[in-house]
Order: sequence, then C-alpha cells, then structure tokens
Amino acid sequence: MVDSTKFKPKTVYVIYIAATPEKVWQALTDPAFSKQYFFGFAVDMEPTTGGRFRLLWPDGRLHVSGEVVEWTPPRRLSVTWLVEGMKDFGELPQCLVSYDIVASGDAVRLTMTESHSWDVPRDILRGGEMGWPKILSGLKSLLETRKPLVTGNEGPPPEFMEAVKRAVAEKPWLRS
Amino acid sequence: MIDRGSNKPKFVYVTYIRTTPERLWAALTDPQTIRQYWFGMTAECDFKPGSAWSLKFEDGRTADTGEILEADPPRRLVIRWRNEFKPELKAEGYSRCTMEIELADYYPDFGGKAVKLTIHHEIEGEGGGKFIEAVSGGWPKVLSNLKSLLETGDAAFQK
Repeated sequence: MVDSTKFKPKTVYVIYIAATPEKVWQALTDPAFSKQYFFGFAVDMEPTTGGRFRLLWPDGRLHVSGEVVEWTPPRRLSVTWLVEGMKDFGELPQCLVSYDIVASGDAVRLTMTESHSWDVPRDILRGGEMGWPKILSGLKSLLETRKPLVTGNEGPPPEFMEAVKRAVAEKPWLRS
Repeated sequence: MIDRGSNKPKFVYVTYIRTTPERLWAALTDPQTIRQYWFGMTAECDFKPGSAWSLKFEDGRTADTGEILEADPPRRLVIRWRNEFKPELKAEGYSRCTMEIELADYYPDFGGKAVKLTIHHEIEGEGGGKFIEAVSGGWPKVLSNLKSLLETGDAAFQK
C-alpha cells in the first residue's frame, strides 16, 4: 500500500451541497452518477481499503488506474490516481485524490484534495485546477437538480501537454 | 483555493452555474437577491464605477466597506474592499475582488448552458494572509449558495 504521508496537498476545492453525506458518497462511488458529471467517465472501484480504483471511458477503455487508500463511508475516500489513457501520462508519478465529506448545517461540505509526491510544475497542476471546478460543480447540480450540468470539455491546454512531455523526459522525481 | 505560488497569497475560485450571464450579474448586484445567498448579509450599492459599496449584517452592522472599481455588465465586476469588524483583518488594508463571468463551452445545438464564474481576491499591499484565509473560508459557502439559488430557487443552507 502507498505511503500517503509522502504526498503534499497542491490543489484544494471546497463546495457545499444540499444533500446528505450518504448521497454525496454515492455520487462519488457509483458509476451511474459519475458518468453524468465526470466527463462521461465511469468510476469502478472495489469498496474496501486496498481495493482497485479505475476510471473508464464510456466504451470501457481505461483512463485512470489506482488503489483505494482509504474507504470510510460516508466521510473519507482517498485513491491513488495515474492517468494511463493518454500518451506520456502513465509515466508520471501517481498522485493522491482525497474527498472529505462533513455535514454542515442543512448541507454537506465536500473537500477535494489533490496531492503529489514530487515538486510538480504549475503547468501540470493547471490540468486539475481547470477540471475539478467543472466536475464538482456538475456533481452538485446533479444532486440538487437531478439534471447534469453541461460544461463541455475543451481538453487540457497545450502548455499542460508540453509540461507533461518535459517532465516525462527529465523525470525530476528521481532526483530527490 | 489559496494560490501561494507568488509572494502574496491570493484566493481563486471557479464555479459553473446553469444560468445566463445576465441572471448571474443580477444575482451579484441585486441587494434582495444577495441577502438570499449571503447568509442574510447584503450589499448597499448601485454597482456603478466609483460608487461606494458596503456589506452589512442582518442587524445593520457594517461588515466591509469599499468602492466599485469596474462594472461591465454582465462580464466583469471589480470591488475594492476592506474588512471593518475584525481589527486584525482591517489592519491588512484594502483588498481587490474581481468577478468574471464567461459562457462556458457554449454549445447552442445541445441546448447546454453553463456560465463560468471566476473570483480572484487579493490584498492590495503586502501580506494579507489573515484576510485571504478568512475569505477563502467564506467564498465557497457564498458561491455554493448562489449556485443553488440560481439552479433550484433555494439557497443550499442558511448558516
């Protein structure tokens, strides 16, 4: 099992949702929900710490693979995250994505934390900074209105793809 | 989230809302609507460049004061503001809050409509750590409530 203390939080996004912690947990872990707010990806995970975690394209191809590091329904879900479905990305070190769910008055505070084990360049962090607000705004809309939010997905910017290519060539994480 | 990439901290938050830029602008600038998602607080302002702006608690006490630096409906609003009720925050001086409204990946053929709202908030001078820490806790609550109000007709929560 991965040592999660080696990962430092880099991107944090907080959103409040009019729903129960159980409903938010279901939205994070059930493919019928994730397909409607996560750019069409189906989450596929074994419901236990140490279990397998994956994100799949609508046609079943692998996009992200990882491991369930913490499975504590309905409070905390933490998974390792390696994008395998795009050129070069599979050679980057995996990151850690954690969701914390806390009841807050009539609503739930959902905190997403993306953590990295290396000094990841800003241009690579931009990918998550662009994606998470769309994904989590969509999750909130789906739970509160039962309708998906159409934000589209213009894909990552060129400087992001360049930064990934450069990092894979130089492998700075091997230096420390 | 707080961007600590440069010398001074800056709060940046992006949310996507199923609405139109005009409705979002109205919700950001109408005192009665503001009260519905800002936990009873409201702004007293006509939202014209150069106008005085203040944010007041339900009981009439003043929370923040400042002025409108830019107002370009329904695209861009810049407010210069200072906290007035917590001495340690007031001591950090004026901040600048920029709100930008854009159509997000608008595909009329699909009937898809989402609006991207981006908030940048930073202190004008040096430092500002306490102020930015404070607004970084508040903005996600206020903006989550604003999104709920525009999409469902109700704020997500009261406190």
